[in-house]
Amino acid sequence: MSVASTLVFAIVMVLAVLQMLRRGKLREKYTVLWLVVGGLTIILGLFPHLLDWSAALVGVRVPSNLLFALAIVLLVGVGLHVSRELTILEDETRILAEEVSILRSGLEAVQARQNAAEAAFKNVDDEAVRPTNKGRN
Amino acid sequence: MGNSTTSDVLIIMPAWNEAEAIGDTIREVRRTVSHDVLVVDDGSKDDTAKVAQAAGATVLRLPFNLGVGGAMRTGFKYAIRHGYKAAIQVDSDGQHDPLDIDRVLAGLENADISIGARFAGRGNYDAKGPRRWAMSVLAKVISWVAHTELTDVTSGFRAANQRALHQYIDHFPAEYLGDTIDSLVVAIKSGCRVTQVPVEMKVRQAGTPSTSPLKSTIYLARSGLVLCFALARRRTPPVNRTHAPELGAMAGESGIES
Repeated sequence: MSVASTLVFAIVMVLAVLQMLRRGKLREKYTVLWLVVGGLTIILGLFPHLLDWSAALVGVRVPSNLLFALAIVLLVGVGLHVSRELTILEDETRILAEEVSILRSGLEAVQARQNAAEAAFKNVDDEAVRPTNKGRN
Repeated sequence: MGNSTTSDVLIIMPAWNEAEAIGDTIREVRRTVSHDVLVVDDGSKDDTAKVAQAAGATVLRLPFNLGVGGAMRTGFKYAIRHGYKAAIQVDSDGQHDPLDIDRVLAGLENADISIGARFAGRGNYDAKGPRRWAMSVLAKVISWVAHTELTDVTSGFRAANQRALHQYIDHFPAEYLGDTIDSLVVAIKSGCRVTQVPVEMKVRQAGTPSTSPLKSTIYLARSGLVLCFALARRRTPPVNRTHAPELGAMAGESGIES
């Protein structure tokens, strides 16, 4: 019973990962990790005795402890990796914010200069036109 | 730097929701010295940017709050791209006396970073309890690293020349206390010379400084941690670039060029 549920769970997980990949909700570099984890779980679900065998091989008395230890190591690693990616992302976002603010101030300066130039141009036009009008009147 | 012209020195004011005080601060600074004033509006929710612009400052608007470190980085980047020879950080709430700006800048004559220090003989600024202890321990340790007597390493009133600006762009952490302690330690490790100039502090125009014992203790712990991280940080290669990059060049993002 428990073996069957493990198998079903692992298959559902692999399918979910594949579906997320298909919809573009998960980058490939992260997908590989979860597919490997899902694949190993499926293998363990199919051949539960593999766990007993490997536990005996590395000298762990209770086979489930080997599973727990591996799971903890994996999760800590994933957590660390996510923190690292987040730091990189935050740095990139910050640099973008800096660039945007500098670009915006530059753009506003250019626009102000352009408006001033257009206004001056208009004034020159007006002044060029006005004397002739006055002359006609 | 004593007789610097208007385009040589940039005054950088990081500001976050400072609409009340910043207008007067900018006008007072502009009355006293002739340097360009740049306000980095750190994602304010009030009229800080508008008030600052009306008072005659150039304003950089950050789309969201980055903290003082992030705001200063932006200011340094702007300073380098526009070819300023030096930049000085001045508080937007008016606690730094504009008369001291040129005195702090004068410290750059024989150093790369010049700090306007509060406990160096002038003025009557004083902090008490854990906060004071933290400040003096930090000052002792950083003085030892810098081989110079520094009494106030958390002062935000500091000037940097081009060499220090380039160093800052490569490493100026945007995190808590990173703008003061961390940046200073890494700058020293990278070969920047530091000096200090005694200054007076004025009463803040708006807002109240945090003085509760709990907050001070947390400050002590966090600043100690920041110091340890800073001391353990990898040394960045000495900065030899004294030229300004082309306007619009991605300063500091391409890594170290040699």
